[in-house]
Amino acid sequence: MVPIVELKGASKEYVNGSLRVVALREIDLQIFSGEYAVIMGASGSGKSTLLNLLGCLDPLSGGDYLLGGENISQFSDDQLSDIRSRRIGFIFQSYNLIPQLNVLENIEVPLFYQGVSEAEAAERAVVLAERMGLADRLKHKPMELSGGQQQRVAIARSLVCDPILMLADEPTGNLDTKTGHEILELIDELNAEGKTIVMVTHDDDIAHRAQRVVCFRDGEIISNDWNGASKP
Amino acid sequence: MTTMPLTRMVKLAVKNLSQYKLRAGLTMLGIIFGVCSVVAMLSVGEGANREIQEKIQRMGSNNILIKSVKVPKDENSITSSRNMIATYGLTYEDAQQFSQYVPNLEASTPMKVLRYDVQYKARKLQTDVIATTPWFLRVQHYRMMRGRFLTGSDMEFGSPVCVIGSRLARILFAGYDPLGKTLSIDHDAYTVVGIAGDIAQGELPPKGELWLEGENQNVYIPLRTYLNKRGDLFAQWSEGGGTFEKIEIHELILTIDKQENVVRAVDAARRILRKNHKAEDYSIVVPFELIRQARETRRLFNIVLGSIAAISLIVGGIGIMNIMLATVSERTREIGIRRALGARRADIVMQFLMETLILSLSGGMIGLVFGALIPLMITAATEVQTVLTFPAFAIAFTVSVTVSVVFGIYPARRAALMDPIEALRHE
Ligand SMILES: Nc1ncnc2c1ncn2[C@@H]1O[C@H](COP(=O)(O)OP(=O)(O)OP(=O)(O)O)[C@@H](O)[C@H]1O
Ligand SMILES: [Mg+2]
Repeated sequence: MVPIVELKGASKEYVNGSLRVVALREIDLQIFSGEYAVIMGASGSGKSTLLNLLGCLDPLSGGDYLLGGENISQFSDDQLSDIRSRRIGFIFQSYNLIPQLNVLENIEVPLFYQGVSEAEAAERAVVLAERMGLADRLKHKPMELSGGQQQRVAIARSLVCDPILMLADEPTGNLDTKTGHEILELIDELNAEGKTIVMVTHDDDIAHRAQRVVCFRDGEIISNDWNGASKP
Repeated sequence: MTTMPLTRMVKLAVKNLSQYKLRAGLTMLGIIFGVCSVVAMLSVGEGANREIQEKIQRMGSNNILIKSVKVPKDENSITSSRNMIATYGLTYEDAQQFSQYVPNLEASTPMKVLRYDVQYKARKLQTDVIATTPWFLRVQHYRMMRGRFLTGSDMEFGSPVCVIGSRLARILFAGYDPLGKTLSIDHDAYTVVGIAGDIAQGELPPKGELWLEGENQNVYIPLRTYLNKRGDLFAQWSEGGGTFEKIEIHELILTIDKQENVVRAVDAARRILRKNHKAEDYSIVVPFELIRQARETRRLFNIVLGSIAAISLIVGGIGIMNIMLATVSERTREIGIRRALGARRADIVMQFLMETLILSLSGGMIGLVFGALIPLMITAATEVQTVLTFPAFAIAFTVSVTVSVVFGIYPARRAALMDPIEALRHE
């Protein structure tokens, strides 16, 4: 079985003039289809860096990244954009909705860049919005929504092009416990439907929901547990 | 790879622009002023140009106009020459030599221009009487409104006939049909055989008649007839005595067959005049050269206008660039989000360029409307002639749109080249 994500000796360093920060040190990591993996670690350990690499937002400094069996290290910027739009679903801590667009329009954004027709995009966006319980908020701007609602919009947006990999960077970080729970339930649901999910979190309780916990320290993986579940 | 369709890019741009209505409006103002001033200036310039060209054209581009000019003498001789005969100007001898030596000469039309009292019944007014030959009509592009012009037989027999200008016909003969009536020019009787109108009459705006007034008030008589009656001596009485002037030909129009031969003909004419005249008691006007000068002036004018236009458009363009840079930096996060969600660099460039384009296109349109209105208002309020020309519109519009797009490219590229991660982190 081909893993959805395969990192081989992946490293990332940032160079700012004479300053050199190594954010990831020769990481090997495989994530399989349908897995729900949680990334944990102290602040600055490289979790977000990893997620950005997995999301094809940032190029590797060394090593290889195979996404769905495809080595993307040599891909052009346009090809990477295309992969982001078709295969990756991003969920951010700060929601990252576009303020001047309403709920539906925000959900449609990734479809714009795939050339999906307006009618079809609207149709798909409405279905997802309703599923996220936003049926009565379709024309509202993000500013008019609560944090939980905004994150639901963001999740709907990440789902709209049916990605093979969903990446969430502390999706509940800005939410109170109850709302955070609702969001986590949603994510559990998605995983149950077969979505592959990689989520960064600080919260041990949240980590227990996932079958798999990957711990980072100083850009290295220090543990890779399957939470008692069987290793695929 | 797929791109967002154009209509949706336009929609998105309009949506984004309507987010900042005041800012968009102010940015457009720069382009509006630019386009508007270019169109207005070009219209006024073109109007002035047409007016000059028309005037020159009326003199005939194939003609050379030579006039007798009184040479001012020094104080002493003026006092001593009181009551003496002043002899100056073109002579029959000159005319004779022109006919012989000026190359490509088609016609030579001598004129005596004299001021006399003209009277019909009780009405009397002073006007220019022009004693000339039948050729005059053709050379001056006059049109007969009624009757006929002077003919060869009038010249041969020295018939006492005259042709009057349309305005004079109205003033002097109000209520009567001038044809066949006899008027008196300084107590000599002449029969009216025709009424001459100006060729441009009716084709010029009503104001055009202002400067045609003089000519439409002239009386034309056969040169032969005048010479038979009065000779070359012209007496003028004024306070403190009278002056006698002996001028054989007041004005002479040399008509050359083709425009390209005019320059050579002028040279020949100048040589003859220089040989025959000790003092420069003549002046030469060459409409053809005036046209060339007018063109040169116009070229300079266009360069000046062009530079002003270019500057104003560049200022407008810089305004656009400034605003777009601000917009881009304000929307850094949006750019990061869009990139994370799959927008290619080209999509981001297009998104911002489209906003620039819509700003400049709509600004350009509004500018064109005002640019067309202002010259119309100028013409309505003053007597300045303005002409709206299509090239003025086209130039102003294309240049402004091009300038804004060129200035819009930098901010758009800057947006597209941002690092998505840094853009996402931007507050
Ligand atoms: N653009 C950058 N330039 C330089 N160094 C960077 C840059 N981005 C991240 N780093 C460094 O890389 C390391 C890993 O950062 P990262 O954002 O991945 O941490 P993190 O595990 O997500 O932390 P947190 O839990 O606080 O979000 C840090 O030491 C950080 O300072
Ligand atoms: Mg982080």
